[in-house]
Amino acid sequence: MSDKQFLNARKFSKVCEIMEKHSYSANKLIPILQEVQEEYRYLPEEVLIFIAISLDLSPARVYGVATFYSHFALKPKGKYIIRVCDGTACHVKNSHKIIDAIKKRLNVTEEKNTTADMLFTLETVSCLGACGIAPVVVINETVHPLMTPEKINTAIDQIYETEEVNELSN
Amino acid sequence: METKNILYINGRETSFNGERNLLEVIRKANIEIPTFCYHSELSVYGACRLCLVDIEGRGLLSSCSVKPEAGMKIQTHTKEIRDIRKISLELLLANHDRSCTSCPKSSSCKLQELSNKLGVSEIRYKSTTKNIPPDYSSEALVRDPNKCILCGDCVRACEEIQGIGAIDFAYRGSDVAVMPAFNKGLGKVECVDCGQCARVCPTNAIMPKIQNDEVWKELDNKEKIVVAQIAPAVRVAIGEMFNINSGEILAGQITAALKMLGFKYVYDTSFSADLTVMEEAKELKTRLTENKNLPLMSSCCPAWVKYAEQYYPEYLNNLSTCKSPQQMLGAVIKETLPESLNIKKENIVVVSIMPCTAKKFEAFKDDKKTKDVDYVLTTQELGMMIKQAGIDFASLFPESFDMPYGFKTGAGIIFGNSGGVTEAVLRYLQGETNNGYNSKVDFKEVRDNDGIKEIEIGINGNVHRTAVVYGLKNAKSLLSKIKESGKKFDFIEVMACPGGCVGGAGQPVCFDDETRKRRAKGLYEADKMLQLHKSQDNPYIKELYENVLDKGEHKAHILLHTEYKNRKRILEEEISLIKGNGDETLDVNVCVGTSCYLKGSQDILHKMINYIGEKGLSDCVNVKATFCFENCDNGPGISIGSEKLSKCTIKKAIDTLERKLEEMKSKI
Repeated sequence: MSDKQFLNARKFSKVCEIMEKHSYSANKLIPILQEVQEEYRYLPEEVLIFIAISLDLSPARVYGVATFYSHFALKPKGKYIIRVCDGTACHVKNSHKIIDAIKKRLNVTEEKNTTADMLFTLETVSCLGACGIAPVVVINETVHPLMTPEKINTAIDQIYETEEVNELSN
Repeated sequence: METKNILYINGRETSFNGERNLLEVIRKANIEIPTFCYHSELSVYGACRLCLVDIEGRGLLSSCSVKPEAGMKIQTHTKEIRDIRKISLELLLANHDRSCTSCPKSSSCKLQELSNKLGVSEIRYKSTTKNIPPDYSSEALVRDPNKCILCGDCVRACEEIQGIGAIDFAYRGSDVAVMPAFNKGLGKVECVDCGQCARVCPTNAIMPKIQNDEVWKELDNKEKIVVAQIAPAVRVAIGEMFNINSGEILAGQITAALKMLGFKYVYDTSFSADLTVMEEAKELKTRLTENKNLPLMSSCCPAWVKYAEQYYPEYLNNLSTCKSPQQMLGAVIKETLPESLNIKKENIVVVSIMPCTAKKFEAFKDDKKTKDVDYVLTTQELGMMIKQAGIDFASLFPESFDMPYGFKTGAGIIFGNSGGVTEAVLRYLQGETNNGYNSKVDFKEVRDNDGIKEIEIGINGNVHRTAVVYGLKNAKSLLSKIKESGKKFDFIEVMACPGGCVGGAGQPVCFDDETRKRRAKGLYEADKMLQLHKSQDNPYIKELYENVLDKGEHKAHILLHTEYKNRKRILEEEISLIKGNGDETLDVNVCVGTSCYLKGSQDILHKMINYIGEKGLSDCVNVKATFCFENCDNGPGISIGSEKLSKCTIKKAIDTLERKLEEMKSKI
């Protein structure tokens, strides 16, 4: 079942598996949401309702939890999530210049923070706890220390290149 | 040992004995502590911070969240406390849409009252209201987020009284707001319209929908005959809006006021409550004889009916098929009045005055060409109309209801109290009163319950096992108990609101239990003052059966009975799983709602998808997981093309899929 058409069906099966793993326990709502978000890269409305019904919780409660934590996304996020630290240390080391550079390069804003091709999402975070290497940017799981507007542009270039290669090999 | 239960409030010795918290002790000492988020019937939340007091050695604490202890020294209104309370109010007001002059809650708004009482004369903070459009999607309630002060009373009422949780807090920090799931309209989610959220709301953030203007328009139309019916609980509460004590019976004044407003006839819903007793008791007897669909569950409360339709499809056959008294009277009026008055049916407008917001939805969902009831006004709305017309309600000379549908027995009156329906049915089962001799009519054992009561009552040698419940959360726990223990009941009465209809959300705004208890007492007094107490003794009920209901086949059934259907909790949701790319596709929908999920629908879905994958059929099908086919009795439910499969198995599903695909191909 590697067919692209079965992607959603596969994800849905995964949601059932995740809930089963947590014994359909309402107390495990947060870990369940975390794992489901890994599948979809966000939490689709209909999936949240399905989870609420399955765990015997009200959909409003599940929605409340999903909107409380900034980790959870209710709108689709890009394949690459760029998190720019804007904590005190990074801020004084000009993190805003990096943010501006990304906005300009990817044509995104605070409100519309995902690119139209669903490749990138820009987020700012308050502190990554890595002030020694400020300003810091984390792209998915990779940490980029001592960033500058030039260096972030290079990092984005590299991602575009990787994606093109992937596309061709497909 | 003397000092054991003594503490000191503002230096004065005060005793305490088992109070829930310091707040209750202070209030008992005749000091009014301001609160928004404290309701004695709900859990303690401690969010509004207005109830703070100074406790020696411990500092400022919210009195709602502190247990009284011997020797405590408490100050309730130091300068510091007064200042903090004022600042809290100012901050709330800065966030609040302060259009008080045009706000319907204006005279009963707690925010306004406390601001005046605590001397808030200016607001030093910049206004930050966001101007969010109100939610008008519900037939019963309007939600205006601009008026919300985030006390959470509505959230706890929905969760703790009804066990539903249709609204909750969402987001965080300065963005936090109370809303239904996904900020959908209240009318699009699992809300049962009971309005208990509105009853506890200190402001106008959730209010019963106001339909005065529509009724005024009908009254102004000279071609229309506008007829009113009044529910029992209205007469003992409307006085509260005119400085008359709650519990005082004002049916005569209401009738006079309605006539002055332009209503042609004024009838009593207690009459059709008598009619409900007749039908429901007959139904109970039949079911007991046939030993079928027991326990019989009452169906007078529309919030309970919607709740059962959403959450308990397996019990829908237990619900009494009787319409509620409101719908019964509407149907009888529209059946009989056109002939007796020689007018067209469409020119009759039935307006019912109810203590209830869910009745609005009940009247609305009636999808017949001529609705039984055209408009439902709450007690509050009637009070507003009387004020709009400038009628001095308190000075009115009482008038009597119109005949014949204004004549009732005491059984019809007590319908407004929790336990009232049960008592009325029990009175019926005792048999007709002979020659004016009154056999025992009161069943005090079903009265005054705390939300859930199980009683066995012997009548004429038969033991009737009944349960009386208010609050849907209590209904849920009773039903769970029945499922687990197999405990048997003959009759279960459920009302959604605390204390029954007297505690309905359409009643004048009140924040205490005492008012509700006075209203309940008023109804029992009204029962006592009538000569007849059993529904079958009502001569006009007998006449109605003779002249109308027993004439023509199934007349009683058509006019007085209804059907129920499974209802989706949240509208318009489904999960797309496979989307076929072919020119022609077959829709396959599998229900994964609670009931079907328990019956194994997820497993069938997985196997179907595997099958589609193995056979390479993914281009010709659209597979979706849906939440309810509204056919829960016969789950798991699957639909393939136009065909609906009940009690589906994987074999049945695959056979149908293959057959339907063949049909589709042969068409091409």
